Amino acid sequence: MRAYTSVWRLRFLLGLQYRTAAFAGIATQLFFGFIFIMIYIAFYEHGAGGAPIDLPDLISYTWLQQIFLTLIMLWYRDNEIFRLITSGNIAYELCRPCGIYGFWYAKLLGQRLAGASLRCLPLLPIALLLPEPYRLGFPPSIANLGLFILSLAIGLLIVVSVSMLLYISVFWTMSPVGSTLLISIAGEFFAGMVIPVPLMPEWLQKIVNFLPFRWTADFPFRVYTGHIPEREALLGIAAQLAWIVVLIGFGQWLLSRALRRTVIQGG
Amino acid sequence: MIELQGISKSFKVAKRSSGIGQAFKALFAREHTTVHALQEISFSIGEGEIVGYIGPNGAGKSTSIKVMSGILVPDEGSCSVMGYTPWKDRTAYVKNIGVVFGQRSQLWWDVPVLDSFELLKDIYRIPDAEYRGNLSMLTETLDLEPILKVPVRQLSLGQRMRCEIAASLLHGPRILFLDEPTIGLDAVSKLAVRRFIRTLNEEKGVTVILTTHDMSDIEALAERILMIGKGTLLYDGTIGELRNRFGTERKITVDYETCDRPLEIEGAKTLSWSPERAVFSVDTGQYRIADLISRLSGQIELLDVSVEAKPVEEMIVELYREHRI
Repeated sequence: MRAYTSVWRLRFLLGLQYRTAAFAGIATQLFFGFIFIMIYIAFYEHGAGGAPIDLPDLISYTWLQQIFLTLIMLWYRDNEIFRLITSGNIAYELCRPCGIYGFWYAKLLGQRLAGASLRCLPLLPIALLLPEPYRLGFPPSIANLGLFILSLAIGLLIVVSVSMLLYISVFWTMSPVGSTLLISIAGEFFAGMVIPVPLMPEWLQKIVNFLPFRWTADFPFRVYTGHIPEREALLGIAAQLAWIVVLIGFGQWLLSRALRRTVIQGG
Repeated sequence: MIELQGISKSFKVAKRSSGIGQAFKALFAREHTTVHALQEISFSIGEGEIVGYIGPNGAGKSTSIKVMSGILVPDEGSCSVMGYTPWKDRTAYVKNIGVVFGQRSQLWWDVPVLDSFELLKDIYRIPDAEYRGNLSMLTETLDLEPILKVPVRQLSLGQRMRCEIAASLLHGPRILFLDEPTIGLDAVSKLAVRRFIRTLNEEKGVTVILTTHDMSDIEALAERILMIGKGTLLYDGTIGELRNRFGTERKITVDYETCDRPLEIEGAKTLSWSPERAVFSVDTGQYRIADLISRLSGQIELLDVSVEAKPVEEMIVELYREHRI
């Protein structure tokens, strides 16, 4: 366990070094937040009404997406692990007395948390203080806030488990470009990052419910706004946990298969 | 300590000729060739030995190291190191070994060397006291003091390599696998690394398996040589035996007062001749060098004489040639 917390800490500290990237990230996220909200406001003003989610809820949903971007985006990746596999440096990882799955998992977790703390700490107060209608609202109750934090944390674990599959796939494909691009675009869409899930047509929502992606972003954000009631939220958290078990189990199985047929690239 | 029995490993390698047409064809029908990286390799290494593992490029040296360190799974054969089967008991086994791959890096690129070391301390669960002891010993002998707090990306190759070696030894392994540890090092660093390996072996009894293309490494360190070529083990013996086999020949270089005709000396083959200098080769199994020199001094006014044994480098080349690899 020490090894995992240690690599987590090192990756976290390393991530905190990138201050300029953090400033750029804050500016980008603010920009996108405003653009999306303007679009939604325009839709809601001229729409027929009877929308499946209220505008203030949707605005909070949008800000939460932007603030916690590094926790939920699949394309946020550690190129070092890709390089490790394609260049053969993985040889060193293989002669360490600890499991590679847990080791990489901790590394990815540290990287995401470092990125998130650099971005979300400054963004959160900004979004909370913006003038109406752009302001990020508070959750309706303390219980909602608690459930939100819990579900976001589990969602993060799901994101990392899915991205682990991406890293493992590189053992076969030898190039991270195809698999990451494909999965991250699909994942982003199914997580409600492009169109919020409540605004999707019903048949699409059915598909989305069968995939792990919505549990990483859409679900915690709607728990925050109270769009998903507490009781349903608890059930959702159970579903999240089930997904984690499945994804981690599959990832470990896949990795052990990959390692059995490993070829160390480059001699 | 290390016991290999009939280890074989082959890789499937995709190949195609160059050119667009061939590349297009390869989209549909990929051609594979099987490369037999190791064929029926067997040897055993005792505790406290330093073994030089040599062979031309692509002979299978690195592959054997990777099998012995549990990274690759061989197709056939058995391997037992300290009672473990490396690829089966990987996590339990690797605590006991240290590996240095000269062409790769295990240090984190963007953080100071010391941070990577601390991480290794946690990965190997090295007790504090042991860690501090090993670190100070390594810092001193490999002269790391000035570079420990520098990010790895700002180190020179030689500095980095010394840190890499230190990183592989923090947990006090019983066996050290060195895959080309002196690649790209300058003379000073090379000597430092060699001296260090020697002390480690003598004082702590660490078993060392070393692959290298630099025969002076082998000469300075290894008692025993394993030579591999095209995946098979071709030679297993000491440097002394190798010397005896090829080494009865000596090269004699003589400088003398100008002499305008080639010298003919019984038992010596003339390799080159000029009016001031001649080089002979002599088989010391049949002729004594002293006789030869006295015969030479009878004919000409000698200024300088030097006698050299055949360098290990040349012996190895001859050995390669003998086995047609």
